[in-house]
Amino acid sequence: MVVGKSIIRPDSLDKAAGRTKYTDDLCDRNALVAKICHSTVTHALVKSIDTSEAEKIPGVVKILTCFDAPERTFPTAGHPWSTEPEHQDISDRHVLEKHVRYYGDDVAAVIAETEVAAVQAVRALKVEYEELPFVLDPQEAMKEGAPLLHEEFPGNVLKHTEIHKGNVEEAIKEPGLICVDGWYETPTVQHCHIENATCFAWEEGGRVHVTSSTQIPHITRRCIAQALGVPWGQVRLVKPYIGGGFGNKQDALYEPLCAWLTTQVGGRLVRLECQREETFANCRVRHAIRYHITSWLRPDGTLVARKADCWSNQGAYASHGHSICAKGMGSIPQLYPCENIDVRGWTVFTNIQVGGAMRGYGMPQAVFAMESHTEDIVQRLGLDPLAYRRAHLMQKGYFDPFSKNELYADSFNQTLDVGSEYIDFERKYKEYQHQTGDIRRGVGVAVLWYNTAVWPISLETSACRMVMNQDGSIQLQVGETEIGQGADTAFAQMAAETLGIPFEMVHVVSCQDTDVTPYGTGAYASRQTYAAGMAIRGCAEEFKRHILEVAYRYTRMQPYLMDIQDAKIIRTTDGRVLMGLGELATTVLYDLDHNEHLTMEKSTQIKTNAYSFGCCFAEVEVDIPMCQVKVLDIINVHDAGRIVNPALARAQVQGGMSMGIGYALAEKMLYDPKTGRLLNGNLLDYKLSTFMDHPNLEVRFVENSEPTSAYGTKALGEPPVVPVAPAIRNAILNATGVACHEIPMRPHLLYQEFTRKGLI
Amino acid sequence: MYDIGTVYEPKTVEEAVRMRCEHPQAVIIAGGSDVLIKIREGKLAGADLISIFGLDELRGVHMEEDGTLVIGSLTSFAHITADPLIREHIGVLGEAVDMVGGPQIRAIGTIGGNTCNGVTSADSASTLFAWDAIIELTGPEGIRRMPIRDFYLSAGKVDLREGELQTSIRIPRKAWEGYKGFYIKYGMRRAMEIATTGCSVNVKLSEDKKTLEDLRIAFGVAGPVPRRAESTENTFRGQALTASLPGEIGKAVLADVQPRDSWRASKDLRLHLCSTMAERAFREAVSRSGGEL
Repeated sequence: MVVGKSIIRPDSLDKAAGRTKYTDDLCDRNALVAKICHSTVTHALVKSIDTSEAEKIPGVVKILTCFDAPERTFPTAGHPWSTEPEHQDISDRHVLEKHVRYYGDDVAAVIAETEVAAVQAVRALKVEYEELPFVLDPQEAMKEGAPLLHEEFPGNVLKHTEIHKGNVEEAIKEPGLICVDGWYETPTVQHCHIENATCFAWEEGGRVHVTSSTQIPHITRRCIAQALGVPWGQVRLVKPYIGGGFGNKQDALYEPLCAWLTTQVGGRLVRLECQREETFANCRVRHAIRYHITSWLRPDGTLVARKADCWSNQGAYASHGHSICAKGMGSIPQLYPCENIDVRGWTVFTNIQVGGAMRGYGMPQAVFAMESHTEDIVQRLGLDPLAYRRAHLMQKGYFDPFSKNELYADSFNQTLDVGSEYIDFERKYKEYQHQTGDIRRGVGVAVLWYNTAVWPISLETSACRMVMNQDGSIQLQVGETEIGQGADTAFAQMAAETLGIPFEMVHVVSCQDTDVTPYGTGAYASRQTYAAGMAIRGCAEEFKRHILEVAYRYTRMQPYLMDIQDAKIIRTTDGRVLMGLGELATTVLYDLDHNEHLTMEKSTQIKTNAYSFGCCFAEVEVDIPMCQVKVLDIINVHDAGRIVNPALARAQVQGGMSMGIGYALAEKMLYDPKTGRLLNGNLLDYKLSTFMDHPNLEVRFVENSEPTSAYGTKALGEPPVVPVAPAIRNAILNATGVACHEIPMRPHLLYQEFTRKGLI
Repeated sequence: MYDIGTVYEPKTVEEAVRMRCEHPQAVIIAGGSDVLIKIREGKLAGADLISIFGLDELRGVHMEEDGTLVIGSLTSFAHITADPLIREHIGVLGEAVDMVGGPQIRAIGTIGGNTCNGVTSADSASTLFAWDAIIELTGPEGIRRMPIRDFYLSAGKVDLREGELQTSIRIPRKAWEGYKGFYIKYGMRRAMEIATTGCSVNVKLSEDKKTLEDLRIAFGVAGPVPRRAESTENTFRGQALTASLPGEIGKAVLADVQPRDSWRASKDLRLHLCSTMAERAFREAVSRSGGEL
């Protein structure tokens, strides 16, 4: 068995030694350098751009402004294309913008021979604006008379959807109900992947070639072609190793602009690398979503009715749009099922930067709200937090008619068992109530809800190619991308297991090149092992069948009497080794009568999805006078189905927990209310957590093999970040009696809360 | 790629002073952890630089015959923390500069750069204020020495005149002998951080450890430049150690600090923290001195 083993990832040594080539390593040093002129106002019309001084700077090759850019618009979201216009992503971007909609919008670009010349020229541009009023808050943006960002979207509402079940208004007439009402505010945050967004482009053979650090090569190619107004086959996109994405690179970022720029300088090689400040200010962010939840309960905790409203701050352009808000909304009727429920959500344009995909895709916001609210209910009704959850969470056997998802196992109880035992929850929760003194401890719990892939919301597909070498080893290609998470290693384990060859004989072609890589939509959702797994298994089984048919020619044995094990053709009836797989591959390749190159390619459409659940328990120490929280211990427990590679899975969970700790306690993008400018767009002022801010990150798995999955797997990439913030929030509540309704719970917030509560 | 004009590289302090006079527009660069950032940001784009990085005579810590501790201005944070003289006599300075940024910054960042920068948040500055440090400057007219509090003129501005170079930081015997200190850096994370506010306290106890013979309390980010809590020091100097003393000191310092509101932290939060930090740092300093509260 190869699946289930902690095999060392083959790319690790090269990465540790610095040999791995990333996008910038691959760019020719003679490339022209492009730099973007970002607006210094938040909402305005560009009146003119004076390029005269900039053009005098030696080394400047070309300056292009928003007045030179095509009128054509394009979408950027990393979603599979829909052939139905009403399901297509909103196409609202230009490569450069005349109508500035956020501070830092792209109004011009300079192409120069050196970076210094390009930067100097950008500084020498004189941009004249006609300023417009701006709005930063989604609920403010919906008010009558608020500044309008896009004419096609009155009230700035990109989309509004509702979910209804039963009759809330009737249900709440029941006498004796207790109403619990709360507002829950989440911040705009950034992915902070190590490698900034970067790409380079050139023309060759009448086509545009782009190399980019992207999670979604095939989708980005399509977005570039839409931006250039050319047939999609005219564009080739290459994706090398990338230094993290976390969803920021599940969007066409600056690839369309870079591709357009090369077409403006005769196809010369143009490199466009974001600086860290641009990654902060001009790429994508996690949506700040505000939730308002009202629940009506019987004194025993039975949930009779619930209302939840949410407002998602989309920022200036549509990108992934309402899908992020909608994913969170979809969990609310399911996580704690209720007969009478109204959920309403609005995704609203504002004049901050663009919200896009980020690890968790709307769920960290929704679960912060839901699990904080659940704790508020528990407190109000004087119930036990663990017992309440066990009694009221989605139960085994739950079936969702829309997604056809089913909760096949008792995932919540099983993961809660493991987590509560590790942290000694029951004892500590009671012990920590009613503490006094400056330093207090608390424990908290939160659960998570997640959907593995995107069906039936959109197309779910993957394709796989296997090419056999003379020695019986194979190259494996899929469109699903290695973005640092270890996907390639997991794919190789799967292929090795199904094909019957050792792991070392599977060479994953890590680089996706849209000219040669089979179609796949890339790394997003938490679909890699689920979706690509199905394509890999389908392809490997068919390949094996075919290889055994070929083996018949040389062994005279019927294919059904043979199998491939450990790269050998075995007669299953008696276990005899008939020939080596390498011997077969060589013989058939050079056979003067029946030559054949052994390959297989298979495209798989997936019409299932899978629930992935788990929980987080945190123990904190709160220094009340210093308004500081220290996480002492934390554990995530996941039922992510069968674990392909436990070591890599653990690392992935730890990465998510780290992101969750930052979300809970430190990270927030701050916008100046007076100017709309991002104030802390760098790694000094944006308080990304460090190693020193983390305790041991404990990880456990409950492995209930997912029945719909080729290898029993389901989502694990995104879920780890989801429950961490509410678990920490609930631990602070246990320690201090202070229920925060906002994250991050920075000293700024804690100072206000502790002061209000009379603790300081 | 950095937008840099001409780089001058003196081989001696004398040559550095001459170059400073010849090229008054040029900016001194030592470790580069501040200057390179300003060049990249555009604030110093195209600047000419005088790199004093090669002036090894300005590196290291030694003690003069009269007991004055002398820290060469080019000494890196990492070296200060590891230096045996610092550890023995003014350990809190080594602890304070060990909280600057991360290991890489501490390997290149210099104490001279940290103080000439003139920022109120510098981890070394508040601690040097609490040690009554003397700044030594070398210029065309020779050597000038002044207390660190006179060296800081206003936010980002120090008394470094044309042609001058900071060459050392001096702590006289009377400033360190018998004192123990404690520094609290208040940040939003535990590494790679700039102080939201900071407090350094030194105390000297009587031989029987019952009386507070002297105390020095210094703050960073409690005003435009680092500052001492003078009225508090005057009030409590000579008092007997009692359990209520730390709390009283914590309250008293509020009269000595003037933090401002900014998006990094509100004035109210900073005031509250100044009080809490002074109380705690005092408590620790007394404990390190063998006193009981």
